[in-house]
Amino acid sequence: MRYIPHSTSDVERMLETTGVASVADLFASIPESLRETAGLALPDGLGEQEVVARLEALARRNRVLGTFQGAGSYNHFVPSVVHQVLSRSELATAYTPYQPEVSQGTLQICFEFQTYISILMGLDVANASMYDGASALAEAVLMSLRIGRKRSRILISDGVHPEYAAVVETYLDGFGRGVIERIPLGPDGRTDLGKLEKMMDGDVACVCLGYPNFFGVIEDLAAASAIAAKHKAIAVSATSEMLALALLKSPGDCGVDIAVAEGQSLGLPMSYGGPGVGLFATKREHVRQMPGRLVGETVDDEGRRGYVLTLATREQHIRREKATSNICTNQGLAAVAATVFLGLAGRRGLRALAAVNANRAEEVASRLESEAGLRRVFSGPVFNEFVVDEPGGDWFADAVEHGVVPGVRLGEMFPDRPEMAGRLLVTVTECNTTDQIDTLVRSLAARRAA
Amino acid sequence: MEIPSNLRYTKEHEWVRVEEDGTVTVGITDYAQEQLGDIVYVELPEVGDDPVSKDEPFAVVESVKAVSDVYAPVTGKVKEVNDELPNSPEAMNQEPYGDGWLVIMELEHSSELEDLLSPEDYQTLLNEVA
Amino acid sequence: MSLTERKPELEAPIFEKSGVGRVGYHPSAAADACEPRLDASLLRDDLDGFPELSEPEVLRHYTRLSSLNFSAVTNFYPLGSCTMKYNPIVNDRMASLPGFCGIHPYAPTETVQGALELIRDLEHWLAEISGLGAVSLQPAAGAQGELTGIKIIRRWHLAQGNARSKILIPESAHGTNPASAALSGYDAVVIPTDERGLMSADSVKALLDDEVAALMVTNPSTLGLFEVEIAEIAKAVHDAGALVYMDGANMNALMGKAKPGDMGADILQFNLHKTFSTPHGGGGPGAGPVAVRRDLEKYLPGPRIAEKASAAEKQGLLYWDADRPDSVGKVRSFYGNFGILVRAYTYMLACGGDGLTEITEKAVLAANYIRAGLVGRYHLPYDTASLHEVVFTDKVQNAHGIKTLDIAKRLLDYGFHAPTIYFPLVVAGAIMIEPTESESVETLDAFIDAMLRIADEAENDPQRLHDAPETTPLARLDETRAARHPVLTWKRASEDIDDERDSQSAQPEKGA
Repeated sequence: MRYIPHSTSDVERMLETTGVASVADLFASIPESLRETAGLALPDGLGEQEVVARLEALARRNRVLGTFQGAGSYNHFVPSVVHQVLSRSELATAYTPYQPEVSQGTLQICFEFQTYISILMGLDVANASMYDGASALAEAVLMSLRIGRKRSRILISDGVHPEYAAVVETYLDGFGRGVIERIPLGPDGRTDLGKLEKMMDGDVACVCLGYPNFFGVIEDLAAASAIAAKHKAIAVSATSEMLALALLKSPGDCGVDIAVAEGQSLGLPMSYGGPGVGLFATKREHVRQMPGRLVGETVDDEGRRGYVLTLATREQHIRREKATSNICTNQGLAAVAATVFLGLAGRRGLRALAAVNANRAEEVASRLESEAGLRRVFSGPVFNEFVVDEPGGDWFADAVEHGVVPGVRLGEMFPDRPEMAGRLLVTVTECNTTDQIDTLVRSLAARRAA
Repeated sequence: MEIPSNLRYTKEHEWVRVEEDGTVTVGITDYAQEQLGDIVYVELPEVGDDPVSKDEPFAVVESVKAVSDVYAPVTGKVKEVNDELPNSPEAMNQEPYGDGWLVIMELEHSSELEDLLSPEDYQTLLNEVA
Repeated sequence: MSLTERKPELEAPIFEKSGVGRVGYHPSAAADACEPRLDASLLRDDLDGFPELSEPEVLRHYTRLSSLNFSAVTNFYPLGSCTMKYNPIVNDRMASLPGFCGIHPYAPTETVQGALELIRDLEHWLAEISGLGAVSLQPAAGAQGELTGIKIIRRWHLAQGNARSKILIPESAHGTNPASAALSGYDAVVIPTDERGLMSADSVKALLDDEVAALMVTNPSTLGLFEVEIAEIAKAVHDAGALVYMDGANMNALMGKAKPGDMGADILQFNLHKTFSTPHGGGGPGAGPVAVRRDLEKYLPGPRIAEKASAAEKQGLLYWDADRPDSVGKVRSFYGNFGILVRAYTYMLACGGDGLTEITEKAVLAANYIRAGLVGRYHLPYDTASLHEVVFTDKVQNAHGIKTLDIAKRLLDYGFHAPTIYFPLVVAGAIMIEPTESESVETLDAFIDAMLRIADEAENDPQRLHDAPETTPLARLDETRAARHPVLTWKRASEDIDDERDSQSAQPEKGA
């Protein structure tokens, strides 16, 4: 086995020192009745060349298509420098920075990451990351229940990503407090704030909106937060296309108390949905209720600036069953990717990239309207995704045959919401070529002609 | 280890001082602060009319890597909390019997004072745990 | 050895290196400004605070930062309970094949059959290793796998009529165990550790009643010891109508040697970043697949992979079956950390069944070799036979005023990452060493030698240990200061430091 350095003579020497007669005897503490004798029924091991051939063959069975799918996973370009930094073994094969003297690389990157996220979210503090956007929202809801100690109603907009809402539901199961109610959308695709207002009372722990929401629409987050604040409920925003926040008014400026997001758009490939990186930010007054790892600045014994894990008493390894969360790690390397990406794009590049996305989405939407007669379903403003009504027939499969996945079919995603049948969520990024856009428009327009 | 003779103590290493107006001031002992190490944070109870019960955890003291509950030494309302502490938790290390005090309580049953340890008894307790 | 001269500043935060008008990544080659055609009322002013740097500057910054880390490639990293083994480079290369990293989670399933096949096979392989019937790869990390397991336990009990209220957890368990239990509304009841360092069947039986929903056990335990009474314990738990959850954090000690299913485990989570060599990444991403007894499969998170059965429906085609009414629901978006799953799959393909068994054998041999090398000089709290890791304490060195922390810091000077320290909590001053199968006997000898030298230093030159580390980029850091006055984001020097202090005085939020 090429990953193991012990030769037969090494093993003999080690056994002798250890005072154990054979390797089998090392397992003598396992009762005989539990010992496995047949060996594992797994394939035989392979050399590296064969391994690569097998994986390449599997990868070829996946078609890398031009895609207009987004809905929580976005096809953005990843600059080469991001790949290069991630391939540094010093970052990839270190673990939790328990020994800060030999972990300043990881720690300082986390500190820079927290700073970027805090700026983008417009809130005082951000943690060193969570698993993903969906579980980050679940953690935000749990945090709102800790803050509003006796409150129990959880209001989640129908515009929140359905998978995020599903994860919130799973996390709350058995928690003992927290009943989810959904806030409907208005005809513009924004959360119906009139209805929200009527739902509010002193028992509401939190109000959660997507920003932009799942249908791409930019919510009036400030108005929603104000309604929540009137009843001392926690306002939460959940963003799955983080690039949007390079342009949009920050959640903090809109008055939210907790902003969560999926950060995959910032330097990570789609990778069939994971790994991404969950983002979590809040106001300083709530920091003790915050889940997840935090890195803070300090000095060493000789006065030099350095970084350490801090406020760890919130966490499971110290507080155990009373911890703010059961989360142990963060998404370390994925947070590194986001940090490098944000550093590269910087103040100018990030806004320009976001603007390119917004403008191209608008171009595609107007071409779909003028050339294929497909109007946007919701009138609210959007960033880089929007919903149109699908034409009938099997045009979708035809488009896939031509190398383009036209979007996410909302009828399949929401079998219980009849109004979603026949609707398509289209996402446009800087990666969509003119050819792909032409193919998309053509396949929709052709169907109309037919 | 300092154990002032004018105070009463609990097995949980808290001290209680009976003030002239009948209220009691509560803090943690020199021994407790030494065991905890550098204290970095304290969570104090709310001032209010709902009385806390004796032995109920009503405050939390944290060092870098440990969390400790503080239990109410007597039953009563919390009249006042030491607002300076969240800003300077080190006072609990430096002057546990002075600026490091935690709360002032209004005693509900003065008989509970009888249950507290005298300085001598507390010293005996420390001798046992040490 | 003299004190190494340390640099006055390692690497300033990127925000202090910013120029004006530079950019390292921009959607247009000319880096033209691009204005969004969006209503101005929706927009923020600027990204104030973001740096402006060119590509080479950013690359240098992060390359230099990386050089400040110890890592499993550059240093022996015997962090107990974390299994810091070699992470084969080919794993990363395979995960970045466009066919894997360039596919969208909602892509039509006919176009991603390779990904589905990989997921299906990995589920089968993990089921075989666990001796259990079905596996879900969705949980993003070990702790999320635990949470999933607890939700399954709750659902199963509800189906029997009563969720029950308690979960038994040994004293030596990871903190994630009680935290995961509490998140699902269960009280964690502590099982004491006996003089052998083990959980006795009698102590478990004494705690069992009809409110106990499950036993959560790590086997081998965090002390690196096999729970020898596990079969009897599991039977008693089952007899009491409860389930056995096994934390599979330490599967590196068992592959091919014993199966959790045979021990009576009903549910188990794997940690792919431990046993199956996916990089720890400074804290993640990991993956925490959950294996369950066949009859619990219906509770696993959805969707699940299924195969079209009829010829009319493209027989053999794999698809995602979302129609799972009994499922605990989703624990994260999409299907899990797929990129991590590709790495673990690649590893298992390379190792095969025999290779994984050999890995377990060599990991256990290495731990026992270190144990033999240190016993006598360091206090061994339990002399029960060790599997993949061994726990010592600082008791001998305490006589010279030396604590575990000092030993850990001094090890850094010898070029070794410290073991896990002060865990498990059941051992005072614990030093938990897990060498894994990846280290040569020469490296193990060098580590043992360093530990013995430190034991000598503790007797002859204790100050040296208090002052350690001497050779690292920074000296010991002031964690008290960091916690008393948290500085959690970078601020311009001109921004008033009072800002930090003011907010410190804010009382913890008390909601209604």
